[in-house]
Amino acid sequence: MSSATFVGMPAFPDAARGATGNAQLRHNLRKATHTIRGKRGEVVEELDDWAGLREAGRAVKDRTLRHLDHYLERLEEAVTAAGGTVHWASDADEARAIVTRLVHATGEREVVKVKSMATQEIELNNALEQEGITAYETDLAELIVQLGDDLPSHFLVPAIHRNRAEIGRIFRERMGAWGVPAPEGLGDDPRELAEAARRHLRQKFLETRVAVSGANFAVADTGSMVVLESEGNGRMCLTLPETLISVVGIEKLVPSWSDLEVFMQLLPRSSTGERMNPYSTVWTGVTPGDGPQEFHLVLLDNGRTDTLADRVGRQALRCIRCSACLNICPVYERTGGHAYGSVYPGPIGAILTPQLQGMQGPVEKALPFASTLCGACYDVCPVAIDIPEVLVHLRERAVEGKRPGPEKTAMAAAEWVLDDPRRMHLAQRAASSLRGAVPRRLPGPGAAWTDTRDLPDIPERPFRDWWREHARGGEEQR
Amino acid sequence: MSAPLGSRERVLAKVRAALADVPRGEDPGDAPVPRDYARTHRQGPALDLLVDRLEDYRAQVRRVRGAELPAAVAEALERRGAARVAVPGDAPGEWFSRSGAEVLRDAPWEDRVLSVSELDAVDGAVTGCAVAVAETGTIILDTGEHQGRRALTLVPDYHLCVVRARQVVDGVPEAVERLDPVLPQTWISGPSATSDIELERVEGVHGPRTLEVLLVE
Repeated sequence: MSSATFVGMPAFPDAARGATGNAQLRHNLRKATHTIRGKRGEVVEELDDWAGLREAGRAVKDRTLRHLDHYLERLEEAVTAAGGTVHWASDADEARAIVTRLVHATGEREVVKVKSMATQEIELNNALEQEGITAYETDLAELIVQLGDDLPSHFLVPAIHRNRAEIGRIFRERMGAWGVPAPEGLGDDPRELAEAARRHLRQKFLETRVAVSGANFAVADTGSMVVLESEGNGRMCLTLPETLISVVGIEKLVPSWSDLEVFMQLLPRSSTGERMNPYSTVWTGVTPGDGPQEFHLVLLDNGRTDTLADRVGRQALRCIRCSACLNICPVYERTGGHAYGSVYPGPIGAILTPQLQGMQGPVEKALPFASTLCGACYDVCPVAIDIPEVLVHLRERAVEGKRPGPEKTAMAAAEWVLDDPRRMHLAQRAASSLRGAVPRRLPGPGAAWTDTRDLPDIPERPFRDWWREHARGGEEQR
Repeated sequence: MSAPLGSRERVLAKVRAALADVPRGEDPGDAPVPRDYARTHRQGPALDLLVDRLEDYRAQVRRVRGAELPAAVAEALERRGAARVAVPGDAPGEWFSRSGAEVLRDAPWEDRVLSVSELDAVDGAVTGCAVAVAETGTIILDTGEHQGRRALTLVPDYHLCVVRARQVVDGVPEAVERLDPVLPQTWISGPSATSDIELERVEGVHGPRTLEVLLVE
C-alpha cells in the first residue's frame, strides 16, 4: 500500500517544469508558505535576543559536531544506564534490518509511527511492509500522504501541497482500506477532517504495542530524547505502547540538558511560528510504571559522516529541521517539495541530499543549482547555516573534473579583456560599432539563456568616451 | 544479530576520520558557545502573561485564591459535565471536597493502576504541574507531585490543571533549569492542535481537546 518512493524521480529542472505548470499546486503552496512566514515573523520579532539565541544554537551544534565521537559515546552510555538499548546503523539497509528485527522480536505485526524524517529517509515503511508489518502513520499530514499513496513535500507539513478539498476526498475514498472509514458525509472543513483523523486512529493508539519514532534532540549528558509535536499523536506513540524504537540521525545530539533552553525557543518559533508547539515529550531510557518498558535507540549514519568530512558542507548537519528555509524560499514556493526528488526538499535539501547521498546521480548533481542564491534561507535559519555558501561549494564539486566547456573558455577570454584598460576600451568601441548587428536572441546554446531574458542594449558609445568629454566640460563650467 | 556487529566501530571511526582537522588536544568544552541571550524577556508580570498566552491557545483559564480552589474545581467539573475523573494517587482530597464527581485514583505504587480503557472511559483528568512558562504559555508535567503517569493526562479528552503561582517562571531557560531530565516530561501549550490542513490551526486532535487551567495565587 505504501509503495511511493523518491527513487527514480526526474532531476530538479524537469520536475520543476512540471510542478510550476500546476496552478492548483502553486496556489496551495503560495497560501501556505505566506501564512507561515507571517506567523514566524511575528513570534521571532517578539524576542529581542533572537540573534543571541541563534548564535548560541549555531555554536552548540558546532561544538557537538566537532566532538561528535565523544558525545555519541556519552549518549550511548547514558541511554544504556537508563535502561535503553543502543544500536548503530551505518546505512539505511542496516537501520531497516535492525528495526525489522526488533519488531519481529515483539511478535507484533503492526506499529504506530510518529512523523520522523529519519525513517522517511531510510524508507522504513516499505521495508516493514515487505516483512509483513504494517506501519500506521499517525501525524495528520503523514496520514494524508500515506492514505493518498503520495510523497511528503515539506518537513513539517508533509501534505502542504494538498488543500482541504483534496484531503477530504482522500479521507472519504481511502480511510476504509486502512481501518476505521471516514464518517458518512465528511466535508472539507479542517475541524471535521481533524475529527475524522481522531476517530480513524483512536483504537490504533490504544491497542498497538509497538511504536516507531525519531527525535528532535538527543541529550548526550543525560540520554534524554525530545520529540516536539502538535496533535498528541506523538504523546500517544511515546507513552502507550510497550516497546518504543527511535531512529535518530547522529547529528541530532546536543551536549547537555541546559542546551535545550536555546532550542526549545528556536525550533517552535522557526517552524510552526508558535511561541511553543502544543506538545513536547521528554523521556530518558525506561521509567518503571510509566511509558514503554522497552526502549531501543537506533543511531543512524547513512551519509552523515561523509557530510561531516566536508569542511564547508558540514554546517548542514546543524539543521534542526524547522523548515523556515522552505517557507521563505522563492524557488520552493513555486515548485513545491516533490521537485527536489528527496525527503529533504527546499534550500536545506538542496545542500543536504547531495551530501548524504553523494553526487553521482543526476538528481543529486542538479540540486545545488536549484536556487537563485538570494540568501533568504540563511537569514531565517535558526542555526545560521550559510546555505548559499554550501550551494556554491557544491556547484564547484558538481562540475569538478569536467573538461573546460564554452563557458570556461568565454570566461578566460573575458578575463584577458577586462584585465587591461586598453584592451577593455578597444573591445567596448568594437561592440558599439557592431551594436546594430547584435541579435535580440542568442543563437546556439546561448538560446536557452535568452529564452527568458532580453540581451541588454549596447550603448552607442562607451561610457569612457562620454566621461572623457563631459568631465572636461564640467571643469570648464566651474 | 550478526549484521550490525561492528557498525558502532565503523561509524565512530568514520566520525573520527571526518574530524581530522580538529586539533587532537581540543576538549569539547574548548569550542566556544556564546550565551548572549536573555533568561527572561520581561514581557510583563508573569501571571498575567501566562493567562494571556494560554488564552491565545484557546485554553480556558481562571485565577483563584487558594481557599477558592475546591469550589473552582467543583464548578469546572460541573460545567464540563464531568461525572467521573481520573486523578493521580497523591492528588489532595481537598481539591474534590466540594465536587460530586466520582474520583478514580491512579496509584501504581499501591497497585491501583487505571487501564487504558478505563482512562478512555472517564470524563476527564485533574492534575497539578511541575513548572509553567509565562512567555510561551507552557505547562510542564514531570510525573512528580500531584501529576501522575503521563497516560493520565493524555487519554481523557478533558484536562483540568492546577497551577500554583510559585510554579510559574518567566522564560524557557528558567523552566529548563528547574526540571530534572531523568523524569519523563510532557510540555503542554494549549489543547491538542494541528496546522496540517492549509496551515490553519485547528484545536483538538488526539490529545485532550479541552485544557482548563486553575491558576492559584
